[in-house]
Amino acid sequence: MSDTLDDDKPTRRDFLYITTGAFGVVGAASVAWPLIDQLNPDASVKAVSTIEVDISSIEPGSFLKVAWRGKPIYIRRRTTEEIAEAEKDDNLNLPDPQKDIDRVQKKEWLVVVGVCTHLGCIPIANQGEYEGWFCPCHGSHYDISGRIRKGPAPTNLEVPPYEFVSDSLIKIG
Amino acid sequence: MDTDYKYEPKNGLTRWLDSRLPLMRFTSEHVLQFPTPKNLNYFWTFGFILTMCLVTQIITGIILAMHYAPSTLLAFDSVEHIMRNVNYGWLIRYMHSNGASMFFLAVFIHMFRGLYYGSYKEPREVIWILGCIIYLLMIVTAFMGYVLPWGQMSFWGATVIINLVGTLPLIGESLTQMLLGGFAVDNPTLNRFFSLHYLLPFIIFGVVLLHIWALHVPGNNNPVGLSVQGKQDTVSFHPYYTVKDFFAYTVFLLLFCYFIFYNPNALGHADNYIEADAMVTPAHIVPEWYLLPFYAILRAVPDKLAGVLLMFGAIAVLFFLPWLDTAKVRSGRYRPIFRYFYVLFVIDCLILGYLGAQVPEGIYLFLSRVTTIYYFAFFLLVLPVLGRIEKVKPMPIGISNSELSTDMVAAE
Amino acid sequence: MLNFIKIKSLILIASVFFVLSNEAYSAGGETYDLIKPGFSFEGPTGTYDREQLRRGYQVYREVCSSCHSMKQLAFRNLSQKGGPEYTEDDAKVFASEYTIIDGFDDYGDPIERARILSDRFPNPYDSKEAAKASNNGAYPPDLSLITKARSGGYNYIYSLLQGYGKEIPANIEISDTLSYNPWFPGNGIAMYQPLYEESVEYEDGTFASIEQMSADVTAFLAWSAEPEMEERKRLGFIVMSFLIIFVLLMFFTTTRLWKDVH
Repeated sequence: MSDTLDDDKPTRRDFLYITTGAFGVVGAASVAWPLIDQLNPDASVKAVSTIEVDISSIEPGSFLKVAWRGKPIYIRRRTTEEIAEAEKDDNLNLPDPQKDIDRVQKKEWLVVVGVCTHLGCIPIANQGEYEGWFCPCHGSHYDISGRIRKGPAPTNLEVPPYEFVSDSLIKIG
Repeated sequence: MDTDYKYEPKNGLTRWLDSRLPLMRFTSEHVLQFPTPKNLNYFWTFGFILTMCLVTQIITGIILAMHYAPSTLLAFDSVEHIMRNVNYGWLIRYMHSNGASMFFLAVFIHMFRGLYYGSYKEPREVIWILGCIIYLLMIVTAFMGYVLPWGQMSFWGATVIINLVGTLPLIGESLTQMLLGGFAVDNPTLNRFFSLHYLLPFIIFGVVLLHIWALHVPGNNNPVGLSVQGKQDTVSFHPYYTVKDFFAYTVFLLLFCYFIFYNPNALGHADNYIEADAMVTPAHIVPEWYLLPFYAILRAVPDKLAGVLLMFGAIAVLFFLPWLDTAKVRSGRYRPIFRYFYVLFVIDCLILGYLGAQVPEGIYLFLSRVTTIYYFAFFLLVLPVLGRIEKVKPMPIGISNSELSTDMVAAE
Repeated sequence: MLNFIKIKSLILIASVFFVLSNEAYSAGGETYDLIKPGFSFEGPTGTYDREQLRRGYQVYREVCSSCHSMKQLAFRNLSQKGGPEYTEDDAKVFASEYTIIDGFDDYGDPIERARILSDRFPNPYDSKEAAKASNNGAYPPDLSLITKARSGGYNYIYSLLQGYGKEIPANIEISDTLSYNPWFPGNGIAMYQPLYEESVEYEDGTFASIEQMSADVTAFLAWSAEPEMEERKRLGFIVMSFLIIFVLLMFFTTTRLWKDVH
């Protein structure tokens, strides 16, 4: 809106109006934030967004399946043969190349999200041609490091964020 | 209206839009340029304040509905979930519960303004009636909303009021069961109240649009009660009244925020923080403060059906106000006798509100009867008679000369 | 003009408060005023006293929790901001002292595990009926919201806890199974005196008089009912300060704009 008045300098009146307007905008934005933030995960959801799992009762060669953020997690205690098997294939021409050592914190323990990276079905443990998992939906095979070996899945099974609280307790998330 | 206020699209895009959907024209003529009497006082800001209240309730309500569970097993806990877990949940909940009280505070001031200045008189009868419809819808919406937290007051307030329907002859019992969805207030009742509580505000919004549309035919009333004569009596709505309305709203917000942040449960009832229990009745069942006057009228007479009819009658009588008041002068400013009766009426309503929270015995019962009688007498006796016999004070010639003239002119 | 609007609003507000302030406590015709010891969290800038909240939690845990549930609280609330603010590890220890049934094993038997931070406070009874049976036929109410669920609020709770052991006035009859308490509506309360001197040995060495324990547990209960209070008052200060300035700005803007009309 162009002003045809003679004084081009901003007047005290303009300063007042601009300040008031600025306050109004800040006020409106401040009110808007809580109304949007309420959509974010609430405290009760965040409280179960990390879980602690007691792994002391898992025998070598067996696994535990737990739920984390609504998804299944496989915690697998690998035997020395299984670890060797996983590392042997490190340098093969894999669909999603990754060394086994980059997928574990302690070689004995493999922690992966049990969701097929193709279209989201849950692969079945101890099945498939690679000693790992087999997804029945479209035939993806994962090995004993959770890497995709055969089938339509594009990437390896996801490794969730986790840490060893102690030798018998891991915290996921 | 005046040709000076006609909208002219300035460029190609606005011309294109204007010939297809005259949105800009409408906004220009009915919001920005709309000629508004220049002598409006702060009582005229409550229309905007009420619109903001409605918007606030709808926005906070929709958000609450994202986290609330309308089942008797979960409702109370879901509200506590909102208060404790949802980010800013406590804030949004308190905005909604205190917002309802602020909404009614504003609507009472708005209605009392209309009553004093004769805003319901010809040619604004339909505006007034639409307003009464909005008020009625507000009451129903608030009543249903209060049931949703499923506290003791939610449950027992609903039980008491819905059981009143049973007093109606012939259809009473079956109508009550239909409203309840059963034989007592329970899950079916809660669920349908949730659905309707979500729906009604949008109906209110529609009636508000009609209310404003009807207003824009004759234009606003004003404190002097005289009709607009010409351009000298008005200013464009924007920026004069957009800014003034917003200023009044910020003052209103100060009060609103005091309640939200420093005294969020002052206007509620402690018993509603106890989960509803069909086997235990609270010692005193009271509705929210804005329904207390009607509660007092309901309990003023011993007969249940009579009480129900009087309670609804108290709202129904408002619809007939434009024809009950026979005065030719609009504004109470120039009706000295009317002013005394009006002030008495306001005090009457306040006392009725106080009595609604007391046990209807002894002096309280006696006072309820006196105040109920005056309530109806004001509309059915005072206003019809006063209009014919009162002497009005000398009135100005017009809005622009309000301070100057002493010539007496009757309102058109 | 402004005066008019303020006067009208004030009348309406005053009437509202008038309506609300009608709670009295009667003991057979006499009205007892609530004991108001003054709490740190009162007033527009009040905050909870962390030490007091922790002592209060100790009282709840050692005395009240045997009969009263607090089902709206989870153990993680003990370590969140604005409350007793225990460390997460301390809160975990509190949680692990209780068990919970979580799922079923491969034989269909319920799995019992220790509680963790995300679990709620345990219920002392399996059902309302069991609670009533063990408590004089009366149900010990859940305490999560008790200071908001009673007229008189936290001062009522504090007074109630002080109300035991008083001499029963001559004109009042209390049944044998009830205890006389001048603040309890009807004056006969089913709960036996819960607190005696040194019922609890405070970890911080504070002497556990009845007044001390009552104050501490009342503060804890007040926090339980309003865990957001400190955040609420903090935000309130910011919002009110902003609004006051904004109102002034709007006032000057409005008067400036309207100066040239008429």
